[in-house]
Amino acid sequence: MSTSRRNVASFVKDTHIRRLLTLMILWMIFMAIFRFDKFYTFLNFQTMAAQFPEFGLMALGVMLCMISGGIDLSVVGVANFTSIACGELLKILAERSGELTGGGILLIMLLGVLIGAFAGIFNGLLVSKIKIPPILATLGSYELFRGIAIIITEGKAVANLPIKYAETIAGKLFGIIPIQLVFFVVVVIILSFLLNRTTYGTKLYMLGTNKTASEFSGHNTDTVLIQTYMLSGICAALGGLIMLANYNSARADYGTVYTLQCVLIAVLGGTSPTGGKGRISGTVLAICVLQMISAGLNRFPQISSFYIPLFWGGALLLVMVWNTITVNGKSGGGFIRNFLAQLNIKTGSGK
Amino acid sequence: MNNRFFKDLTKRNEFYIFLVIIVMGVLIELRSGQFFTPNNIVDLLSALIVPGMFALGAFMVIVSGGVDVSFPALASLSMYATTRILLDVNYQGGVWLPILMSLAFGAILGAFNGVLIATFKLPPMIVTLGTSSVFRGIMQGVLNSKQLAVIPKGMSSFGTAALFVAENPQSGLTSRMPVAFLALVIVLIIVYFFLNHTMYGRGLYAIGGNEVSAHRAGFNVWLIKFLLYVGVGMISALAGMIRASMMTQAHPTNMLGMEMMVIAGVVLGGTAITGGAGTLTGCMLGTILIVMVENSLILLGVPTFWQSFFLGVLIIAGMGISALQVTRASKAKGSVVREVKQ
Repeated sequence: MSTSRRNVASFVKDTHIRRLLTLMILWMIFMAIFRFDKFYTFLNFQTMAAQFPEFGLMALGVMLCMISGGIDLSVVGVANFTSIACGELLKILAERSGELTGGGILLIMLLGVLIGAFAGIFNGLLVSKIKIPPILATLGSYELFRGIAIIITEGKAVANLPIKYAETIAGKLFGIIPIQLVFFVVVVIILSFLLNRTTYGTKLYMLGTNKTASEFSGHNTDTVLIQTYMLSGICAALGGLIMLANYNSARADYGTVYTLQCVLIAVLGGTSPTGGKGRISGTVLAICVLQMISAGLNRFPQISSFYIPLFWGGALLLVMVWNTITVNGKSGGGFIRNFLAQLNIKTGSGK
Repeated sequence: MNNRFFKDLTKRNEFYIFLVIIVMGVLIELRSGQFFTPNNIVDLLSALIVPGMFALGAFMVIVSGGVDVSFPALASLSMYATTRILLDVNYQGGVWLPILMSLAFGAILGAFNGVLIATFKLPPMIVTLGTSSVFRGIMQGVLNSKQLAVIPKGMSSFGTAALFVAENPQSGLTSRMPVAFLALVIVLIIVYFFLNHTMYGRGLYAIGGNEVSAHRAGFNVWLIKFLLYVGVGMISALAGMIRASMMTQAHPTNMLGMEMMVIAGVVLGGTAITGGAGTLTGCMLGTILIVMVENSLILLGVPTFWQSFFLGVLIIAGMGISALQVTRASKAKGSVVREVKQ
């Protein structure tokens, strides 16, 4: 992949990122005019930094799968499944030993990550070995994970968790930085290392650009796909663990709006739904912009929360239309590329 | 009977799905003794009306190579808007105006999908994910939807009108066969006619098989896709209308989330998820199977919170079988890539 200097240069040149930066500045000006005293407080920014990691982590997973030419719609299911399983375990652990230790929490988190990894591998197998189109496979597994979560809880919420867990995960590092943000930053660093500095990253971009070519180059595309969905599962599980701490409870239908929000974030951040394109920096920026907008909207009590799906859905459609008109058209031959991309999908699905 | 007939039959997906339905029916009958009773069969058929109509729409979209997940939201929005407007003007007439209005709403909303997918060539799944969210936002935010306990008289009398009444001789329970079942039959006949006896239907299958080839063969891909989404919008809106009529109340959110169940049924019936292949018989049989599973879990004494799990298993199994068939078919045809590899 490219060197870091080229990364910085192309970061500023990237149309998606310029657009996001413009949007962010405009929104900040808007908020400064209408709700300056309520929005520009240290506490507000601290709260935002504690809120976005839960869906931010899921969005990173969705982005990875979209780069591979697929998508992962099961992230919310994996997150809820993980948080319910870990919540139940936390309760058992707290009952057994009375006091929850730091080691106990670490153990539970490792287990959560493991659950996420297995769920992701399951998705990866469905997509790579059985060759179910990713969208349908992950929607099906979403239903499956949700089903298991409902069976565990009998449809009720997991509550009365030991407070120690929420205190630890939803706490502040040095009293300033939310621990959730630390998790997010660590995952971002690991993922950008994987994407930009390892052969896995190169293979992933190649797979997303042209699966057939990637196969002919001798890559084991099945392995790359399974790895990708596994990473997405782990990200989602971490998101679930953070949700468990933020709400101090778990339920099978928490965070259902996040599915669409994650797809929106990935597309806003410049990830192409047909695969092969996308970068961490764009996605992180999109996550921040979305969090700022939704936190800002909360400052206007007259806007009902029922409008949120309208905003996100509308934004997703607008951005995609905008992308086909401007970004693809400007670089010339946008329609030809679309045409070729469609051919790839056809050959990729074994036709 | 000649052997050839049976040989052909055993090769077809529909035959196996039919066997599965029979076996399941017998199992449920053995367990509960309540399956092959006249009232249970009528109950199943009346539960089939709305999912069946949705399935016809979903089937056509999948045949064209896309996936539509927006139809429950589309149906809810057009149903709710129609009912609300008619209640506001205190409408007292028959069922025709509500039906025409919901068809019009469905066509408009479907055209919205159609423009995004056909004109801008965006991936259907992501577009419909977005539009379903927009439709829901319009319904719950802009229209500020609430459950309407009263619906216009014409609608509720249509929904409760019965073709005939079936009675269970042992328990004395009765079930009404709604007139609305005729709507499913009519839509089924229309879809059958379009798919099998018009150039439009050929075009739909051709696009699903290979869009580029279809274009080269002279099909107007844009028009076929656009009309497809308009038509599917109309069918879905009609289904939403019928559901509200049958429940004699307008519940804005209880159709949401049906999309996966419907798609699973279509795919279980042997429709290729990659498009271009599938039969209406398979589509309806698959939907019957799903409706049976949903309705019969209670007869089997399975707690309701297992439903989501079974649905997930069915979806993945159905799609897995369909995907494996596609792979096997392309292997049999000997696609160039595989030949070179071997």
